Amino acid sequence: MLAKRIIPCLDVKDGRVVKGRSFVNLRDAGDPVEAGKAYSDAGADELVFLDITATLEARKTILALAARVAEEVFIPFTIGGGISTIADARSLLSAGAEKISINTAAVKNKPLITEVSEAFGNQAVVVAIDAKRVGSTGFQPVGKNTGYKPVPPKWEVYINAGTTPTGLDVIKWAKEVEALGAGEIMLTSIDSDGHTAGYDIELNAAVNEAVSIPVIASGGAGGPEDMLAVLTEGKADAALAASIFHYGTYTIAAVKDYLRNHGVHVRS
Amino acid sequence: MLVIVDYGLGNLRSVQCALRRVGQEALITSDAEKIATADGIILPGVGAFWRAMENLREAGLAKVVLETARNGKPLLGICLGMQLLFTESDEHGRHEGLGLIPGKVRRFAPGLKVPHMGWNEVKHGTPSPLFKDVADGAFFYFAHSYYVDPDDSATVIGATDYGLTFSSAVQAGNVFGVQFHPERSGPAGLAMLENFCRLC
Repeated sequence: MLAKRIIPCLDVKDGRVVKGRSFVNLRDAGDPVEAGKAYSDAGADELVFLDITATLEARKTILALAARVAEEVFIPFTIGGGISTIADARSLLSAGAEKISINTAAVKNKPLITEVSEAFGNQAVVVAIDAKRVGSTGFQPVGKNTGYKPVPPKWEVYINAGTTPTGLDVIKWAKEVEALGAGEIMLTSIDSDGHTAGYDIELNAAVNEAVSIPVIASGGAGGPEDMLAVLTEGKADAALAASIFHYGTYTIAAVKDYLRNHGVHVRS
Repeated sequence: MLVIVDYGLGNLRSVQCALRRVGQEALITSDAEKIATADGIILPGVGAFWRAMENLREAGLAKVVLETARNGKPLLGICLGMQLLFTESDEHGRHEGLGLIPGKVRRFAPGLKVPHMGWNEVKHGTPSPLFKDVADGAFFYFAHSYYVDPDDSATVIGATDYGLTFSSAVQAGNVFGVQFHPERSGPAGLAMLENFCRLC
């Protein structure tokens, strides 16, 4: 039986690992290769490296990082951040990355999804979607004089590290990226990210019901119970977390023990 | 020397790095002569079946891989590389494979999330040196949308459940195939690659 995955995310800036709350207030803490190796040894199922310095200089740094990680780490790893051409994708995958993740470039240049998918297989293409809740408060009438129900929530796709609204509906965009050739979706709730108060369960459930490719839940992990919720109620295939692992609040093993004790199939 | 066949598809460096970790140097090559004289061949691959076969044929590599395998040199197909060992695939129409192992490549039925992506258990089938010191039911990393359906169940050395039970590892004499990525499967994957190297 396929196991649910636990994925530590390492935000990388100028070749170093950092993690902040809601994309600001970054704190420096470690060498990405050493951190990746430690996570792999500790039982992580996969790693995600997000390059948050998307300058040309940094692109070279992240390429060198991918090559070094491939030499030291023998679990799958994804590289994301600033990838905007098929040449970027090719160089990272050739260096040894298992997958690349595209976000802003996927919205601005949809054919890129299909091009990378056709060239390297859809399993190599992760589309990252940053989602922000919109107009989800209040109630709407149900029929005539039969009462009210809550307005169903909606989410809007944001790009440029969560700073620019696109007007795209997250559910529609998720279906579209699947049709374009994405093999996986990394779904980040901007509202929850960095607050360690839990994933957006409704968001994850809605996207997981809409698509038939795997979805990695991201944004908001505060502890094992949040991961349990998003992997069960949220129907996600994988749970990504950064700060709780990075600052040692929980180990991967502790999270997996908790999930296993609550009936979730995880890799031992 | 081991060779990793380069036909323009697949993450070759990760396989090379994993082999190096178990003490085996391997050459990434598309040179038919180097393949013909290798001690063992690794056929990786990702992407579409038809394109892989087209690339292999156009580069003149399908023939040399076939001949070298038929001469008894160990061959390991990984992921799409495993599927290429079979008779035919129905991915994007019917396409002929290398035909080293009789059987077909099929797509997972609707209703399952595809690709089948992540870690899943491999249960032992027919005993094989590839699984020496690898626990029965050990987890390996998968990323694929199609699976192989061998004609002869004796060739199945490993099986995995995903909606149905499919053949995740096969062996026909000196020809081996694994649907998962041993180079991405941590210690169990490295142990398996080491087992293959011992046969070369």
